[in-house]
Amino acid sequence: MNLKVDGIQVAYGRRQIIHDLTLPELPTGSLVALVGPNGAGKSTLLRALAGLERMRGQLSLGGRDLLQLNPTERARLLAYMPQQLPPGIALGVLESVLAALRVGNESDVLRAAFEALARIGIESLAEQSLDSLSGGQRQLVSLAQLIARKPQVLLLDEPTSALDLHYQLRVMDSVRELVREHQLMALAVLHDINLAAASADFLVVLHNGRLYARGAPQDILTPRLLADVYGVEARVERCSRGRLQVLVDRALTPAERA
Amino acid sequence: MNSHVQGATPLDLERAALGYRRLLARRCALVVMLGVLLVVSVLADLASGASGMGLGQLLAGVFDPDSLSATERVIIWNVRLPYALMAVLVGAALSLAGAEMQAILDNPLASPFTLGVSSAAALGASLAIAYPLTISWLAPSGQVTVAAFIFACCSLLLLQAMARLRGAGVESLVLFGIALVFSCNALVSLLQLLATEDVLQQLVFWTLGSLARANWEKLAILAAVLAVVLPFSLRAAPSMTLLRMGEDRARSFGVDVRRLRYASLLRISLLAATAVAFVGTIGFVGLVGPHMARLLVGEDQRFLLPASALVGALLLSLSSIASKLILPGVIVPVGIVTALVGVPVFVALIFRRGRRL
Repeated sequence: MNLKVDGIQVAYGRRQIIHDLTLPELPTGSLVALVGPNGAGKSTLLRALAGLERMRGQLSLGGRDLLQLNPTERARLLAYMPQQLPPGIALGVLESVLAALRVGNESDVLRAAFEALARIGIESLAEQSLDSLSGGQRQLVSLAQLIARKPQVLLLDEPTSALDLHYQLRVMDSVRELVREHQLMALAVLHDINLAAASADFLVVLHNGRLYARGAPQDILTPRLLADVYGVEARVERCSRGRLQVLVDRALTPAERA
Repeated sequence: MNSHVQGATPLDLERAALGYRRLLARRCALVVMLGVLLVVSVLADLASGASGMGLGQLLAGVFDPDSLSATERVIIWNVRLPYALMAVLVGAALSLAGAEMQAILDNPLASPFTLGVSSAAALGASLAIAYPLTISWLAPSGQVTVAAFIFACCSLLLLQAMARLRGAGVESLVLFGIALVFSCNALVSLLQLLATEDVLQQLVFWTLGSLARANWEKLAILAAVLAVVLPFSLRAAPSMTLLRMGEDRARSFGVDVRRLRYASLLRISLLAATAVAFVGTIGFVGLVGPHMARLLVGEDQRFLLPASALVGALLLSLSSIASKLILPGVIVPVGIVTALVGVPVFVALIFRRGRRL
C-alpha cells in the first residue's frame, strides 16, 4: 500500500506555500523524515496530507484516492500528531488514549490503548492525570494516541521537539519498529538533521516549498545540500560506529549564501 | 521497550483496566450523588418560605391536593412547586449550555452569560416592555418572553454564522460574543434612559432574573427542550472530549469539527434562549456549573455534560432557597443570589485546585 503524492499545491490566501510537489511513491514499512529550514513548508505539507489544509493535487494510498474519502474513512488510514497536547485538560493518560479510539468494545479498546502506552514505555503513567505530566511526557501520550488508532500512515509533526536525548532516540526507534512490524508508513517532520539521518529510511528535503532532494540519508546528505538549504558550512562524517553525523562548523554569511 | 518512566511504578493491563473501571464507577457514583443532593435541595426549597407549612404537610399536599385548603393549594401548586422546579430546569439548561460552549469554543470563560445570549435576551425583553405591541392573542407579558427568546436565538444565530465563516477561529467567536454583550448592554441602557419611571422599574426587574415568572406551561416547555437536547448532547460527548485535546487532533481522528460545533451551537441556542426568556438574566450558573462539575468528574464529556446539568440545577435550587432566607419576608431575585453565592464558591474552588496542582 504505497503512498502517492503528486502535484501538491497549498496556499494561504495568495501566498503559495507548497509549489507543485511530487514525491516518489513511499513504500510501506518505511519511516520518512521531512527536513528543511524554518518556513520550508514541512508542517504545511504534513497538515495538507492529513486533510487539515486545503490542497490541490493527487493523494492516494494503495490506489485509493484519499481526497474522495469522508473524514471518518480518511482517519482510519491517516492520523496526524500535532506538535503538542494542550495543557489544562482534566483527563487521565489512559482515558485520553481511550478517547482517541472512540469505538470498539471495552476490553479490546483498553488493550489497544494500554499496548500503545507500553510500546513507547509509558504504561506506568496510565493512571496519572495529563495535567501532572511534563511537556515531553504529554508529547509521548500524544504519540500513544496515534499509535493506538493503528492508521496505515502516521503523520508526525516534530514528535521529538519536547523530548530529552534518551526519549528522542526511543521514540524514533519505536516508530521505526512499529512501521516495520505492521507494514505501516510514517512521515515525520524533524528539525534535528542527525536524528533524521539516524532514524529515517528516507529523507525528503524541502526548501522554499519545493522538493530539493529525496533519498536515503547517506545518498543525499552532503555539505553542498547543507549549505544550500540550511545556510551552514558543515561536514558529513561517519562516527566510529558507522553512523552518519552532520558536524556544523559555522553559519554562512548572507553574502556567502547569495 | 521495557524500561519505565522515572518516578512511576510498573503497571500491567489488568491493573490499568481495573483502575479505569473504578474511575468510571466513581464518576457514576458522583453523578448519582449529585442527583440525590438535588432531590434533597428541591425538598428544602419546597419547605422554605413564609407560610410555615411543614415538609410532611407539603408532600401530602403534592400527592393528595384535596387534603389542602384552597390557600395552601395555591401556595404549593402555583408558587412553591413551579418555583422549585423552574430553578432545577433553568439551572440544568444554563449549565449544560455553558458546558457545551466551553468545550466547543475551547474557552473556560464561555457561557450564555459571557457570550451575549443573556444580554440579547435582555434587549429583546426591554424592547417588548418599553414598546409593547397590540396583539390580540399575545398578552404584553407573553410578548416579553417571546421577544427575549427571539433575540437570544438571534444572538446565537449570529454566533453560528460566525462559526460557519471560513477563517473565523474560536477566538473570533469569543470576541464576537463579548462585543455582543457590550452592544446589547449599551442598547438596554439607552432604553432605560428613555423610559418612564414605571417602565424603568419593569426593565430593571426583568434584567435581575427571577423565578417568580415560573408557571406550569413554561415548565413543560423547558422540560421538553431539555429532554430533546440532552440525548443529542450525550451522543456528541465522545467527539467533544476529543475536541478538548485540540482541533487538529480531533479532525485528523475523523471528527467533523465544523458540524459538531454547529450542532452544538444549535442545542445551546435552544437551551439558553428558552431558559433566559422564561426567567430573565441569571448569571454565573452557566459559567460556574461546568467548572464545578469538571472538578468532580473530569473532562470526559460523557460524564461532564450530565454532571454539569445536575450541578447547575443544584446551584440554582440552593440559590432559590437562599433567595427566601437572605431578607426575611422578601424573595430576592435569584439572579442576584447566584452572583452573590456562586462567585465566592467558584473562586474558592479555583484556589483549592491551584494549590493541589
